Amino acid sequence: MSATPVLALRGVSKRFGAVQALTDVELEVHTGQVVALVGDNGAGKSTLVKTIAGVHPIDEGVIEWEGTPVSIDRPHDAQGLGIATVYQDLALCDNLDVVGNLYLGRELRRGLALDEVTMEQRARELLDTLSIRIPSVRIPIASLSGGQRQVVAIARALIGEPKVVILDEPTAALGVEQTAQVLDLVERLRERGLAVILISHNMADVRAVADTVSVLRLGKNNGAFPVKDTSPEEIIAAITGATENAVTRRQARNTEAAK
Amino acid sequence: MSDLSKTVKDTPPAEDPTAAAIPVVDPRLLVREEGLKGYLTEFKRKVRGGELGSLPVVVGLIIIWSVFQSQDSLFLSAGNMLNISYFMSATGMIAIGLVFVLLLGEIDLSVASVSGLSAAVFAILATTHGVNPWLAVFLTLLTGIAIGALHGYFFAKIGVPAFVVTLAGNLGWNGLMLWLLGDTGSLSIQDKGPLHLLGQRSFFMNQDIAGAYLLAGLGTVALLAGSLIEQRRRRQAGVPYRPTGEIAVRVGALAVVSFVAAYVLNQAAGVPNALVIFLVALVLTDFVLRRTSYGRKIFAVGGSIEAARRAGINVALIRISVFAISGGFAAAGGLFLAAQTYTATLAAGSGNLLMLAIAAAVIGGTSLFGGRGNTWSALLGMLVIQSIQTGLDLLNMNTSLQYMITGAVLLAAVVIDSVSRKTQKASGRA
Repeated sequence: MSATPVLALRGVSKRFGAVQALTDVELEVHTGQVVALVGDNGAGKSTLVKTIAGVHPIDEGVIEWEGTPVSIDRPHDAQGLGIATVYQDLALCDNLDVVGNLYLGRELRRGLALDEVTMEQRARELLDTLSIRIPSVRIPIASLSGGQRQVVAIARALIGEPKVVILDEPTAALGVEQTAQVLDLVERLRERGLAVILISHNMADVRAVADTVSVLRLGKNNGAFPVKDTSPEEIIAAITGATENAVTRRQARNTEAAK
Repeated sequence: MSDLSKTVKDTPPAEDPTAAAIPVVDPRLLVREEGLKGYLTEFKRKVRGGELGSLPVVVGLIIIWSVFQSQDSLFLSAGNMLNISYFMSATGMIAIGLVFVLLLGEIDLSVASVSGLSAAVFAILATTHGVNPWLAVFLTLLTGIAIGALHGYFFAKIGVPAFVVTLAGNLGWNGLMLWLLGDTGSLSIQDKGPLHLLGQRSFFMNQDIAGAYLLAGLGTVALLAGSLIEQRRRRQAGVPYRPTGEIAVRVGALAVVSFVAAYVLNQAAGVPNALVIFLVALVLTDFVLRRTSYGRKIFAVGGSIEAARRAGINVALIRISVFAISGGFAAAGGLFLAAQTYTATLAAGSGNLLMLAIAAAVIGGTSLFGGRGNTWSALLGMLVIQSIQTGLDLLNMNTSLQYMITGAVLLAAVVIDSVSRKTQKASGRA
């Protein structure tokens, strides 16, 4: 693991009107590492991801890219740095084929015309290296299953050769088999030396692929755990804030007595 | 369906040794069998899946032609075919622009008024003010493009629904045309230049019999050469390519159709220049839509606006430019119409012109729901529409009856579109 994180958030805060969505959030992502970002609904996961992706610029704090502070004000800035985001709704064009979707917005050209042959060739290579199995790269997205669409969306994020990939609930709507395929793909991204931020509600998925788990609760960091040495109960306790234990009970008693 | 998706299903047996471990073709993908039987099963599967393509048009044309031929034996004569091919070019030009707008899933209701206005603009520039006719044509087209861009601006930037903007335009531009022609009424156009070229007595290569065959030959050779070059590139790159047999069938089909058309038109007088320009416009716009990144962006916006935006496509710019294209083609269609009578009339752009242009695009197979279609539907749809028009004229039908029949045909086309979309959804193709 590299010493300098490829992407680091230092004391990031974000407000929406009267709502403090994020408070002093810290996050570090290293190359070749999968960081799971977990938390209950409204914990600020999506907001955090959107600040990294440039959808919501941060109010306070610093975002560091390979050790140097950068400002990410627009989605374009994030893409320029090498951050690719796969949102939950995938945003694929149903009427275009797989190649068309993979290269949408950055088509290869030969003179005036599209270079369909090279695009198809590279699309196949990319899908092969990721061991993505889809019937054909020339059928419309409409004929693909949910899992296949998810892997196509992830593959599309890789066309721009990013260094950090953010996956927002990639397994939320998938069946058993498709979930396994997507998790395999996440592992292959890590093998390729990419840093992956994985948002998930599914503790089994998180434990299956993540290296570290970063917990958000009510817009604040509530612990970062190495997956290997942490029990699911500890993570769940951090998510729900149900830290009902001897220490907290004792503290509660003492404050009661002081009044 | 696009040609490319077809190509994939023709995946040849893979030559590389790794193929044994990972088959190139997914076993779930329905691969077409070789030979004629394969074509038939593929065709049946597509029709059942709602991918009707140009089937309704071909069936419709056969029915329409046989009905009119049984009523009037002159219908299938060379002279009448020439009439159909000449008169369909004008509305066809308007329909090309509409195809672009329909691909976005929007509609442009102003095209008929814009075409009428453009005829008036040309007449006033060229006849009243004596502007060089070619410059006048250029300025007229520019007017149409500017009007379209204005519609696009209100739609894309202000957020007014496209049908409201263009409906307002439909009335407004018609009013402007009436105001422009107000003092004089109809203006006759004396022109030996561009409008003469589009006239009824203007033929490719001056009615030389070789002209028609030259065009047919050019089209066939271009398709053959293009397909073979594409096949070689794909084979070298190791991606699926169209087998030679299929190329032969396609080129053969085009050759038969184009040479028969050339022969029939030569029996009458030759190929009208208006038709030649219409065909060239079709080829160019088809290239833009299917083979350029601009065309790909139009399809993307028509398929999913959000996906297009996230991919970094400037959705507003695409929308404005597409409405500008529609306005430009409407203006071109207006010049074609003016050239039919060499006059800019107060009635230009009125009546059922708008409905005919929309009907042509939809009948030809361009979906009203966006994201599916191509410009050739303007040609196929116009063949149907113009056949009905010409046939009803031959039978001396009333305008009232013509309107009712055209309305019914448009409704039928939209019903086919909606039903086929439903079926496509059910079989996961839309």
